[in-house]
Amino acid sequence: MPSEDAAPQLDVDQILADPGVRIIVCCGAGGVGKTTTAAALALRAAEQHGRRTVVLTIDPARRLAQSLGLTELDNTPRQVKGIDVETSGGELHAMMLDMKRTFDDVVLQHTDPAKAAEIFANPFYQAMSSTFAGTQEYMAMEKLGQLHARGEWDLIVVDTPPSRSALDFLDAPARLSRFLDGRMLRLLLAPARSGGRSMFSLVTASFGMFSKVVQKVLGAQLLTDLSGFVAALDSMFGGFRQRAEQTYRILQARETAFVLVAAPEPDAVREAAYFAGRLREEKMPLAGLVLNRVHRPAVPELDAEQSRVAAERLAELGGHEATAEVLRAHAALARQAVREQQVAARFTEAFPAVPSVSVTAQPADVHDVDGLRTIGAAISRP
Amino acid sequence: MRAAERPSDPAGTGWSARLHVVTGKGGTGKTSVAAALALALAAGGRRTLLVEVEGRQGIAQLFGIDPLPYEERHLADAPDGGEVRALAVDAEEALLEYLDMFYKLGAAGRALRKLGAIDFATTIAPGLRDVLLTGKVKEATTRTSGQRRVYDAVVLDAPPTGRIGRFLNVTAETARLAKVGPIKTQSEGVAALLRSPITAVHVVTLLEEMPVQETVDAIADLTALGFGVGKVIVNGTRPPLPAGRPVSAAELRRGLVAAGLPADRETVAGLHDEARDQLIRRELEDSLRADLVELGLPMTELPLLPDGVDRAGLATLAQALVSAD
Ligand SMILES: Nc1ncnc2c1ncn2[C@@H]1O[C@H](COP(=O)(O)OP(=O)(O)OP(=O)(O)O)[C@@H](O)[C@H]1O
Ligand SMILES: Nc1ncnc2c1ncn2[C@@H]1O[C@H](COP(=O)(O)OP(=O)(O)OP(=O)(O)O)[C@@H](O)[C@H]1O
Ligand SMILES: [Mg+2]
Ligand SMILES: [Mg+2]
Repeated sequence: MPSEDAAPQLDVDQILADPGVRIIVCCGAGGVGKTTTAAALALRAAEQHGRRTVVLTIDPARRLAQSLGLTELDNTPRQVKGIDVETSGGELHAMMLDMKRTFDDVVLQHTDPAKAAEIFANPFYQAMSSTFAGTQEYMAMEKLGQLHARGEWDLIVVDTPPSRSALDFLDAPARLSRFLDGRMLRLLLAPARSGGRSMFSLVTASFGMFSKVVQKVLGAQLLTDLSGFVAALDSMFGGFRQRAEQTYRILQARETAFVLVAAPEPDAVREAAYFAGRLREEKMPLAGLVLNRVHRPAVPELDAEQSRVAAERLAELGGHEATAEVLRAHAALARQAVREQQVAARFTEAFPAVPSVSVTAQPADVHDVDGLRTIGAAISRP
Repeated sequence: MRAAERPSDPAGTGWSARLHVVTGKGGTGKTSVAAALALALAAGGRRTLLVEVEGRQGIAQLFGIDPLPYEERHLADAPDGGEVRALAVDAEEALLEYLDMFYKLGAAGRALRKLGAIDFATTIAPGLRDVLLTGKVKEATTRTSGQRRVYDAVVLDAPPTGRIGRFLNVTAETARLAKVGPIKTQSEGVAALLRSPITAVHVVTLLEEMPVQETVDAIADLTALGFGVGKVIVNGTRPPLPAGRPVSAAELRRGLVAAGLPADRETVAGLHDEARDQLIRRELEDSLRADLVELGLPMTELPLLPDGVDRAGLATLAQALVSAD
């Protein structure tokens, strides 16, 4: 299996122990194990490397959240108790992102209470702060910026939102701030201001038309609400953009390490490859790939076909029902392992220099500290 | 002789609705199941429409064809002369189409589009986007030609469980923004259809913890909102183990010898570990299945396809969906 030997091994412990690494970002396609990996890395950093660590989780599974003590959604880190840090002297803090609350905080920071109250009451703000595609990514970035600015931790481990595409984490904040800063909002605000300029007259004319149509279709109240929203946010555009840009720069700094997570499935591996390419373009530091939920037969010498044939022979022979069953299961596992390797090779062929490590699929889900410890150990000692 | 006069549940297999909304956690198989269902319901000379609304071209990818336009297209032939058509609804196109019905927009419409105004409008008000998408689905579901219904069934590859409640609850979402006007009227019409027995929401899940949890949550949510939940579709299941009990090392060794395989300690220990993990996994799956059974809804299991979802795989899934078990 040349592909497996070709890629260098990802040494997670070296990253976790490096005081120069202050931020680890776990990204990847939906459902591949980003949250699990982020929590496992953070736990290991605290327990094994004595670092004062905070993990920012996003939409963790309920049982995992509970086992980290994340029962209150108060949008600030809480220390995780009952972990094994006596010898290392590390600490683990954990929090769950509250997207709406983070957005509210940003608004409060940029404006006076009266205006903030007006914004909060606006139906467009309410829709946008809770449902706008990209708000979650944007607020994850914002929260990362805040945690970083507090300077209280040796290491911040960031989980990323469960979007379909891993790239959303990088793209959505820019999209949102472009949107907030956008031409449409300006037009809505400024039909009067731009009226004199002939270049814009067609635009303004169709826009007036647009307003009229919107008014007819949706009612006049909507336009009033919308322009109220726009006017209220107008003063904050600069601030929004500046903050997003600041965080983006932090992500390019040497103190950051991106850990890509993928499952050995075509879609997830394709996403991982897109993302790796993008990081390279953006000059963002990619530490390596965690190939999660990999199936590995315990007896690799016995291949799928051999195993299947043997199971059939036993079935004919009779009296070895249980062994036949074990062999059939082994055949399926061996077949799956081969398929997974082929899929994973697509990444290593495209990015031969990116270190990677495989984490075996556990028989059951990971939802407590013990489970995280097992994953942490598997990531470090494959 | 198609359509109108035929019963909507031909084989008595429990797919009695005419609009089938297929949701589920991301990656559980919504697109595959929706496509298989559209095929199954088209069998025997009927015509179905498979619709996607998220701009992801999932249908085109699944069938290995060029991206679908905003236009109903022939997608596949179903057994015994049936036809599946496909449509990728685009919110911008739907808005323009909708506005054109009420106002003559012409070139102004295109200019607005260039400007990004349409994108803007549907972005800033996700509820507006959703009512346009569901509005188009409603139109296709109720469309008639002469005395006949154009589609015997419409299958919607819907947004995932996390967003399905909000997506279908169009009146609540638009009421926040539009207090009067045709959009409000439109959303009320859509809401009536979605809450009627014509519509059933099916939830696809795997026997894994998070998808099952989301299934349970989504069903509670949908029920509270007044939507009719149809089936729970358990995807990617494996046949039960006939023996299904722990195997002892000694027993394994004897079996390996009988099969003429190496029976050294490592091999026996390795296979023994595999067998143990397999049993843990199966027990977990059984307990998750029991959680699903407790929901008290009709449940359909679909097999894990060893070669993934290709055309043959789709046919297998389609067959499994309608074979009463
Ligand atoms: N190595 C593993 N073995 C077994 N189960 C795992 C493993 N890694 C993760 N899981 C399980 O897979 C599920 C998904 O993992 P997780 O929530 O970490 O993924 P995610 O990438 O954060 O998903 P999302 O995109 O929805 O946020 C969880 O139930 C988790 O317990
Ligand atoms: N029964 C099955 N057996 C084997 N593979 C399957 C099965 N059902 C789905 N898959 C595979 O699982 C993956 C996800 O399926 P699909 O795209 O249908 O899910 P989805 O819920 O639509 O995903 P998304 O949330 O990304 O839209 C695909 O690679 C598909 O081929
Ligand atoms: Mg997650
Ligand atoms: Mg899909």
